[in-house]
Amino acid sequence: MRRWLTLAASAAVLLSTATASAAEKPDELKIGITAFLSGPASVFGEPAKAAADMMIEEMNAAGGIGGVPIRAFFVDEGAGGEAVLSEYRRLVQDVEVDAMFASISSGNCNKVAPLAEDLKVLNFMWDCGTQRIFEENDYRYVFRTQGNATPEMLSTVLYLLKTKPDFQSIAVVNQDYAWGRDSWAIFSTALKALKPDVEVVAEFFPKFGTPDFSTEISRLQAMRPDVILSTSWGGDLDTFVRQASQRGLTNTSTLVLPLAESSLERLGNALPPGHIVGGRGDHYFLHPEKKSDPEFAEFVEAFREKTGAYPIYPVFHMSQALNALKAAYEKAIEANGGEWPSHEQVVDAMQGLKFQGLGREVQIRSDGQGIEAMLLGTTTKADGYDFAVLDNMMLFDGGQITTPVGEVSLEWLGTLDQDFLDGIEVESFSHGQ
Amino acid sequence: MNAQLFALAVFDGVAYAALVFMVAVGLTLIFGVLRILNVAHGSFYAIGAYLTASIGGAIFAAGYAPWLALPLMFLAAAIVGIVLGGPIERLLLRRIYAKEDALQLLVTFAVFMILEDVQRLIWGTQPYFEATALQQLGNIEVFGVFYTTYQLVVLPLVAITVLISLRLFLRKTLSGKLILAVTEDRETATAIGIDADKVYLLTFVVGAALAGFGGALASATTSVVPGMGADMIVLSFAVVATAGLGQIEGAAIAALLIGLGRSFAVYLMPELQVLIPYLIMLLVLLVRPEGLFGVVRTRKI
Repeated sequence: MRRWLTLAASAAVLLSTATASAAEKPDELKIGITAFLSGPASVFGEPAKAAADMMIEEMNAAGGIGGVPIRAFFVDEGAGGEAVLSEYRRLVQDVEVDAMFASISSGNCNKVAPLAEDLKVLNFMWDCGTQRIFEENDYRYVFRTQGNATPEMLSTVLYLLKTKPDFQSIAVVNQDYAWGRDSWAIFSTALKALKPDVEVVAEFFPKFGTPDFSTEISRLQAMRPDVILSTSWGGDLDTFVRQASQRGLTNTSTLVLPLAESSLERLGNALPPGHIVGGRGDHYFLHPEKKSDPEFAEFVEAFREKTGAYPIYPVFHMSQALNALKAAYEKAIEANGGEWPSHEQVVDAMQGLKFQGLGREVQIRSDGQGIEAMLLGTTTKADGYDFAVLDNMMLFDGGQITTPVGEVSLEWLGTLDQDFLDGIEVESFSHGQ
Repeated sequence: MNAQLFALAVFDGVAYAALVFMVAVGLTLIFGVLRILNVAHGSFYAIGAYLTASIGGAIFAAGYAPWLALPLMFLAAAIVGIVLGGPIERLLLRRIYAKEDALQLLVTFAVFMILEDVQRLIWGTQPYFEATALQQLGNIEVFGVFYTTYQLVVLPLVAITVLISLRLFLRKTLSGKLILAVTEDRETATAIGIDADKVYLLTFVVGAALAGFGGALASATTSVVPGMGADMIVLSFAVVATAGLGQIEGAAIAALLIGLGRSFAVYLMPELQVLIPYLIMLLVLLVRPEGLFGVVRTRKI
């Protein structure tokens, strides 16, 4: 009797899962988002979360995705890698989210990518920069809805070579962790290939969260390199730039700050005109191609009203991830004859997917990597802003500067030459334009 | 390394040592008297910095005179000492003086964790920066390199003043002598009528205020960010352990050693910069386990 009951029960379970896989339209589309809501990197996580809340509300008001409203579950990356992994499992297995956006930290992306593959859940690496993930492994379920460290650093080198072709010496002051070291490896490899005569006069990797760069600044003032690179971010970057400008280092060397778009407003007048700033993609609240677009301008104003600050690059990255999800579902629904798609059909739709967030259109290529344009500029003062804004902006097409599928960034960068430099297409914009 | 770079390294080392000393001296004072290793000291430092940066930012934006920057630092230190330090000693630490060291450490660590979250609640997670005090004083050029007057002159002067005042306070004033008496032998001091409870409270308030003052001074030079307290407490422990627990003048020497070691590392071997304080501590403790100036105490029964 008992055996019969068990059999009947298993049959019922089997039947019910069978109906579920026919992909009935769910009541809501659940996504899990990992972001730093505590710790130093919450300078990125908090604005991204605020943006996600705003955008999801707006998308739901307009009917959600294919008529299904979105609901987000947030995980604090500040709790540490282990906590993120267990929360990730919980969201996928217990809450049964339809997609995960993970994560800000490259370290977390490294751990989450294989887990997503195991759990067979669609995962967008929505903000992390490490270029290694798709170069070292193949994934079916993992995609990056943004560029990566290679185009970010390569575009910085290209901008520097185009705007200051005669510089002779460079020093670096990066944070002492994976990003600080990796970004310098990429930058210096590209620089050596494209301008071999540059002398690297000093390499500093002060501790993450260091409160004091006085000694580095004294030494840099004594050496006077033409260019000082720092890929630091958040409080570290703010401290370095302020201490450098307080002591006049910004008068003798050009700072190259590929992440400073996220610090511009906080730095106020501490970042003087004439220094090079990037934003990990074409992310800028005065995006020259987008700022007159009413939808873009409205969002910037609404975001500022809600959070008290202009949107920075993680906000752009969040808009890309959300729009990628929407585009993927819509593409999958269409391919499925208008019916709600299965999870696997949505994953299939990611191949070659084109979508647009707040910046230019992004495309997912065959290895899962997004091809995203890169914007850099030089700081200037402008009426209406009590902080530095960008002038002499250049927009680089992502396709040319992203490592080709199947190649390893550091090797590919080493092969770049003058022909590559001459072939780079770039569009220039000035502040008022 | 030529004479110019040598001089630059010394200047940087001294300025850094001054800031570290301000925090370490409060920690060592509290340990000397209360025999408690106060992890929450790092929070006092951070809160002193947050108070100065946020109040300063608000009042200078409202157009108040920039010379208020220095009085504001004293105010922030007083708030940290009296509003925060006072109740913590009275209501919490007083209950655990007789308990095991490990428990005391855990309790102050718990206070530290709570205060970390309190900072997030009040000030959020975005960095604060308020450098009016530093900008007021301008720069000095030495060997073709610009230093801020604040770091090159003010910080070391303040540190020396604090050191001398503490010494005079402890040796020449009645309250100071009472503190020394209780430190030496609490039971005997109590027996001859000294109110040890009051002495403990006073010491803790002064120690906490010193940490708050250290944070206030630092806030003009750096971004005030979540987690700054944790970094500082670790470094202060290294200074205090190197000097010998409870040694005030020793803390000054140890802070100077660590500050100079760190700045010379930046010139000679930047990779060692982070390691230097702990290398110095390790070397000192290997040779003198009680610290540079520590004294071996005979255990009381």
